[in-house]
Amino acid sequence: MSDTLPAPPAPAPPGRRVSGVPIRLEEVTKRYPGQDRPAVDSVSLDVAAGETVMFVGPSGCGKTTLLKMVNRLIEPSDGRIHLGDEDVTTQDPDRLRRRIGYVIQAGGLFPHMTVGTNVGMVPRMLGWEKARVAGRIDELLDLVGLDPDVYRDRYPKELSGGQQQRVGVARALAADPPVLLMDEPFGAVDPITRQRLQDELLRIQEELGKTIVFVTHDFDEAVKLGDRIVVFDVGARIVQYDTPEAILADPAEEYVADFVGAGATLKQLTLTRVHSLQLRQVTTASIGDDAAGAVARARAAGDDFVVVLDRRDRPISWPTLAEVSRMSAIPDTVDERLPVVGLQSTLNDALDTMLAASQGGAVVLGRRDGLAGIVSIETIMEAIQRARRETAG
Amino acid sequence: MTATTPDPRVRPDVAADPPDEAGPATGGRPRAATPPGGWRALAVQPALVVLGVLVFVLWRATATLTETEARQLGAATLWDSTLRHLSLTVVSAAIVLAIAVPLGVALTRPALRRFTPVVIGVANVGQAAPAIGLFVLLAIWLGFGYWTTVVALVVYSALPVLRNTMVGIQGVDPRLVEAGRGMGMSGRAVLLRVELPLAVPVVLAGARTALVLLVGTATLATFISGGGLGVLINTGITLSLDSLLVSGAVLVALLALAVDWLGRVVEQVARPKGL
Repeated sequence: MSDTLPAPPAPAPPGRRVSGVPIRLEEVTKRYPGQDRPAVDSVSLDVAAGETVMFVGPSGCGKTTLLKMVNRLIEPSDGRIHLGDEDVTTQDPDRLRRRIGYVIQAGGLFPHMTVGTNVGMVPRMLGWEKARVAGRIDELLDLVGLDPDVYRDRYPKELSGGQQQRVGVARALAADPPVLLMDEPFGAVDPITRQRLQDELLRIQEELGKTIVFVTHDFDEAVKLGDRIVVFDVGARIVQYDTPEAILADPAEEYVADFVGAGATLKQLTLTRVHSLQLRQVTTASIGDDAAGAVARARAAGDDFVVVLDRRDRPISWPTLAEVSRMSAIPDTVDERLPVVGLQSTLNDALDTMLAASQGGAVVLGRRDGLAGIVSIETIMEAIQRARRETAG
Repeated sequence: MTATTPDPRVRPDVAADPPDEAGPATGGRPRAATPPGGWRALAVQPALVVLGVLVFVLWRATATLTETEARQLGAATLWDSTLRHLSLTVVSAAIVLAIAVPLGVALTRPALRRFTPVVIGVANVGQAAPAIGLFVLLAIWLGFGYWTTVVALVVYSALPVLRNTMVGIQGVDPRLVEAGRGMGMSGRAVLLRVELPLAVPVVLAGARTALVLLVGTATLATFISGGGLGVLINTGITLSLDSLLVSGAVLVALLALAVDWLGRVVEQVARPKGL
């Protein structure tokens, strides 16, 4: 169905770091013996370097098969696959895969190896020196928000589902591959954790600029994470390949409209990001600070609470001034229920987080989980109302 | 804005994860992979074996025995029979492991998977055939003696090891295999570094089953001049000497218990950490 292929997408927006390479599929086909119709029927697709492209479609449409043909876990019956300028269709598959990160549901961590050993697998296969591998492991655990000293020597079963998935992402990034393939990676975790992992992927992607192909059955996830979305029908026929905004605004066929679902206004909740809102700056305090001083600073700034930062400047709690004034110094206790969202979180996520924590606001994290500000429920409601007025007008 | 919970371990960015199983390992040290009560349960069995041996020795020292009985239950004779019995068991087990584990691994490879029903069928026949019949038929064919006994024992006890090897490898989450291949491990590397280590507990359980089976079945060796503790039992039956019969049975039981215990210890030690 190559005739329906849209023009190759424009390069990624300027100013963004790109370390990925483009992927080009040319009339890729997969036929299984004993089946009348090919699982993947002559698909051509260009993915620009540094972009995140989401594959969505009903189950059995061939999107996962197509993904697995990129790293040749499934060998194509026909067609060519290019990574960058290279034709990799006939390259040694094991060598090819060491250059492509692969993330699957629940991380696919080896349970009999420690977190560090799991993450260091590919670098060791590539023959890196021991010290370099160890350094890389720590660097990556740090990147996905896990303290290396705490988690390096643990076994996967000692981690929560979300943490395992983080390690899975770290492992896929270990040898710094230009391309990352993700096969419904966040399908097996609870909604709040999934949202966290999505935020983190967006943050990591902003830092690294890999080329990511991501299979999901969740259209909201596709809208949130994707620079572009490919909507597939049976046989991996490409029905529409465009930006989330364009697909939401102008579905190519009734099929896509059905898949996208109704409620276009509320879709604004998934299209609008927290970073587009006016964030409130608040008084911060560090662990061990004089409590009275912090209260005085907050009063002067007109705040009725302070955000406590840990030694790496990550928010850990937000006690009210009444609570702070009962203490002598700022404690290092961590508020487990602290509602946090990322700058790339959608308004949908932010509302979910606040509702789950029964709070009227949330802490917004920026680079390396530092404090970016506070978002309140009022700000979000305003944004929704503005969007509704615009849609209506 | 809520009060804080006094738990310094949980970082804000993991706070939303479900209640954290990572909690207990505060220092980042992995916990020991011993199931609760594992080692204590393991301590009971050797105690019973030692007690049994002591009771037997005490009985042997105090009982009034006929000359035949005394000769058959002499320390040197008993020691020889026991060693012979152990030797039959251990040699057969080694051969079984050397054959059945690689065969089991091979049968889980995609290229050979279609032979599985045939091989399992043959192994089934080996185990389902009455042991005594198997011994006698093989003796008629190969002649009497030690090595015929070993062959019979191998045929008889290959199935548990073969089947557990296959079950152990098939029981490895296919997503782990895919993850391994997906990151560029060769099929061999996935087998050696992922599938086999994860199958170890099941394979070892099969080996232990085979060992216990072997200790019991090796008593039949006496009928085809293979020696072992079965001689004692057989003599006891033929000459209606209950002391011999019971001594033989008790010693075989104690040996089986001891072998089973050793197998359990190996299972505990060899179990991969993190499971």
